[in-house]
Amino acid sequence: MPKILIVGEHDGKTLNPATLKCVTCAAAIGEAEITIALLGADTAAVAAQAAAVHGVHHVQRVDRPENAHPLAAIFAPQIVALAADYTHVFGPSTSFGKDLTPRVAALLGVPQVSDLMAVESAYRFKRPIYAGNAIITVEADPARKLVATVRVASFEAAALGGTATIETKTVVATLPTHTRYVGSKSGSTDRPDLQTAAKVISGGRALGSAENFKILFSLAAKMNAAVGASRAAVDAGYAANEMQVGQTGKIISPELYIAIGISGAIQHLTGIKDARTIVAINKDGEAPIFEVADVGLVGDLFQIVPELERLV
Amino acid sequence: MKKIMVCIKRVVDYNVRVRVKPDGSGVMLDGVKMSVNPFDEIALEEALRIKERGTNVEVVAVSIGVADTQQQLRTALAMGADRAILVQTDTAIEPLIAAQTFLALAKKENPDLVLLGKQAIDDDANQTGQMLAAIWERPQATYASKVEVADGKATVTREVDAGLETIEIDLPAVVTVDLRLNEPRYVKLPDIMKAKKKPLDVTSLDALGIAAGALLKTVKTEPPSLRQKGIIVKDVPELVDVLKKKGLI
Repeated sequence: MPKILIVGEHDGKTLNPATLKCVTCAAAIGEAEITIALLGADTAAVAAQAAAVHGVHHVQRVDRPENAHPLAAIFAPQIVALAADYTHVFGPSTSFGKDLTPRVAALLGVPQVSDLMAVESAYRFKRPIYAGNAIITVEADPARKLVATVRVASFEAAALGGTATIETKTVVATLPTHTRYVGSKSGSTDRPDLQTAAKVISGGRALGSAENFKILFSLAAKMNAAVGASRAAVDAGYAANEMQVGQTGKIISPELYIAIGISGAIQHLTGIKDARTIVAINKDGEAPIFEVADVGLVGDLFQIVPELERLV
Repeated sequence: MKKIMVCIKRVVDYNVRVRVKPDGSGVMLDGVKMSVNPFDEIALEEALRIKERGTNVEVVAVSIGVADTQQQLRTALAMGADRAILVQTDTAIEPLIAAQTFLALAKKENPDLVLLGKQAIDDDANQTGQMLAAIWERPQATYASKVEVADGKATVTREVDAGLETIEIDLPAVVTVDLRLNEPRYVKLPDIMKAKKKPLDVTSLDALGIAAGALLKTVKTEPPSLRQKGIIVKDVPELVDVLKKKGLI
């Protein structure tokens, strides 16, 4: 029976929804025993949330002061120690998981499968390459531990209603002192989180300036949507990098995605193709974004966006 | 800071739209333009800027790949790397094997800093830097948007999902770079001529004691499923109407 250890992502207060998507991916393997590992300074509150996730059998807490910030060099040896009893180790394909899991895999001496998007069996998965221009099916050796990141946009969040056991673990691992947390600066906190929002409004280079991006924030506030941006808009300095959607930014799967003034480079499309409904607003009717849009509107975004804000 | 090793991968150029072979055995690579992985180019640019700020820093560009990877290493030399090493192989190299190979090179070269892109735009794996740091038993700072080096330490600002995070790491260390770290310089013709005279050593996996082989088996390659083409609405009221009918607003 597959025994799957999921490295839970959290901020000390709340379990990140990406973890719930990892649970759905793990459950797709079938007859798997699923454990969420939580490393932190105090994971009591988060452990209670993790234990309530449907499909989770066990929650393991590793609380120690060194775990206050999720540093890969500190976390990895502890995950390796926990992984001894497991066949699989999963992490989310968020900046947290992508930083950590390859370090775990290498310490275990095994390869990693990045960005699982579909499960065919316990050792056979689909994943995207070339910015999603091709999908490969990969097979791993069952004799080795399987380490993977889960492409969170490909899976629904697991439901609540679980009653997992919570266990506090003491991990024997030598933790390095060569890596030290200094500080964090988060961008916009009052708006819905881009990664998990049901509605996302994104702007491209056609917005023309950071000042003009405000019309998107205004529309987003009215619609309770998160705001994203194309790489071109980020590169031009119109939007912060954490707003970037696409191959090198965030891969998202909202119910509604509105692309405004975004031409639709393949690198951007790879970040949004799991959105339920895509709306494109662009003055160029030939823009590639219209190839993937469910609903398109050709016209001047500076007229359309304020009108849309009035009507929604 | 005496030496920086920059790991470079030869990949299909950013502008090429990759297509899947009809028989599902892989992607069509015949005759397509190959380039330095864009993230690795940023890594090299950062190494060159550190070199230009400091004194006597040697920048060594290294790569693993087919004989033609010399082209990408010559580009690196033209940008300003002092010398290059190619680990020549025709075998496709997975991230763990790449990390083991770079570790073997790091043990020979003893760099203070290893810089490389956060991911290669072909396999999008996003693993090699972290894996190298793990088996080298050294710090890692991934997704760097700012790197400051002083007194045997690096202070690195990282682009994370929530915004920016700053960490301090002891050198030697591995830093993987993100897009906004810098804008790589253009190569000028005289630099290309000069680069031809710079040393480019060719070695092999065997010589480094690395056993190549596929740890993961790719059994099928297929194109992504396409979204169905949608409708075009004529104005904003019609758009709002459609979204209301779908229950989205």
